[in-house]
Amino acid sequence: MYSEKVMDHFTNPRNVGEIDNASGVGTVGNAKCGDIMRIYLDITEEGVINDVKFKTFGCGAAVATSSMATELVKGKTVQEALQITNKAVMEALDGLPPVKVHCSLLAEEAIHAALWDYAEKMNIKIEGLSKPKSDIHDGEEEVEY
Amino acid sequence: MDKKIYLDNAATTKTRPEVVDAMLPYFTELFGNPSSVYEYAAQNKKVVDEARGIIGNALGAETAEIYFTAGGSESDNWALKATIDAYADKGNHIITSKIEHHAILHTCEYLEKHGVEVTYIDVDENGILKLDQLEKAIRPTTILISIMFANNEIGTMQPIKEIGEIAKKHNILFHTDAVQAFGQVPINVNDLNIDMLSASAHKLNGPKGIGFLYIRKGVKIRSFVHGGAQERQRRAGTENVPAIVGFGKATQIAMDTMEERIDIEIKLRNLLMKRILEEVPYARVNGDKVRRLPNNINVCFQFIEGESLLIMLDMKNICASSGSACTSGSLDPSHVLLAIGLPHEVAHGSLRLTLNHENTEEEINYTVDQIKEIVDKLRKMSPLYEDFTRKR
Repeated sequence: MYSEKVMDHFTNPRNVGEIDNASGVGTVGNAKCGDIMRIYLDITEEGVINDVKFKTFGCGAAVATSSMATELVKGKTVQEALQITNKAVMEALDGLPPVKVHCSLLAEEAIHAALWDYAEKMNIKIEGLSKPKSDIHDGEEEVEY
Repeated sequence: MDKKIYLDNAATTKTRPEVVDAMLPYFTELFGNPSSVYEYAAQNKKVVDEARGIIGNALGAETAEIYFTAGGSESDNWALKATIDAYADKGNHIITSKIEHHAILHTCEYLEKHGVEVTYIDVDENGILKLDQLEKAIRPTTILISIMFANNEIGTMQPIKEIGEIAKKHNILFHTDAVQAFGQVPINVNDLNIDMLSASAHKLNGPKGIGFLYIRKGVKIRSFVHGGAQERQRRAGTENVPAIVGFGKATQIAMDTMEERIDIEIKLRNLLMKRILEEVPYARVNGDKVRRLPNNINVCFQFIEGESLLIMLDMKNICASSGSACTSGSLDPSHVLLAIGLPHEVAHGSLRLTLNHENTEEEINYTVDQIKEIVDKLRKMSPLYEDFTRKR
């Protein structure tokens, strides 16, 4: 069901953990749908993501997308990190089953939420970043059988 | 462990070699159509009726009250849809429960779209039907009560006798989906006032693609699959002779070995349950402790999600399930676990292990060891666990 890359990032997830006194922390998702992601960012004075950690409650795809998203933003500037889309995360993982695409959206959203938290703490405005939705599943329609 | 440990017998079971042996001749030299006139094919009518007799006997029913179908889902669909058709003059109201299999629930949803009224009765925290609510739900237009014998996810067995008595008292037909219970625990349709009962062979070490509907004599439901005159004109289609023979054989063995299998399963289940509850913190067992299928364990591990757990168990050669296999593909956690009152995030962390007589103590101990390690690993990754430990 999952690609080898997804399985690799699920079984050996990169950057699991927490960062004390992180520059920004973002938590997204909800327990109803079974996915919650939290991303911690350590950002230098020059605006470079020096370190990133994550914690995820969710399925194999949720863990793998979190892991991949943290790999993709590590070492990037805030502006570069902002450009990383869920599509990029999916491509880096060699694709996801259709029913799991929302996991990659959640990973993108988690990065944005952590950046938003950083901007608020620093009292700065990041070009192109809007306040993250509290629940990315709002407005989704029920599956009909 | 190199060997696969199969703990998903509620999903399906391994066909017994004796069953396969019994079936094989009916694919090759004895391939004839039971409806044919010539002698060697007509003999197949006899073997079909022999299997019918074995199954009828297992339920305390008459041979002529057993109708073969393609499986449990067809039987459930038939019972509900044909009852609505046949008893339309009496009413259009069905009573069922919130924890039925989707073969019942989705059929009810379909019927609701066609003007049928359905009441879904609640269950208590152990999954047992609220009988007082059932009795209050009965209307003059109620024509059918359909309540499952035993739940496929949490293993809870319903108070079938009491439900049968309520149905009889109010002159309402009573159907039960016994897919998980038939061949696993004793069932007598007369003692329990059951009018219709669905079952499937592949849950009792028989072949897939064959089931039956027991229809009590006098229940006037008609054909659901139209065509030829098979199954006394109630279910068209050339009989699946090899599968029917296999079903008969599997039923015979299931009945002959029931007591010893129950003993083995309960012993292993108790070991598994005891070790999990003693050794894994923040775990809870779902379903009734006493009124429960002998082979079922359903447990929730707080702060983790079921699919991750299943994939990691699979990598350790352990086959298990989280909620119903039919639920996967949907984002919602099991409707059964929500109906017994579990919060969403706890329901997402469910694990179902369903044993059989071939499992060993060694397998159970290995499984618990793996579960402990995996749950620990996943909790270390979980933001919910992080929040929980911070609050403490």
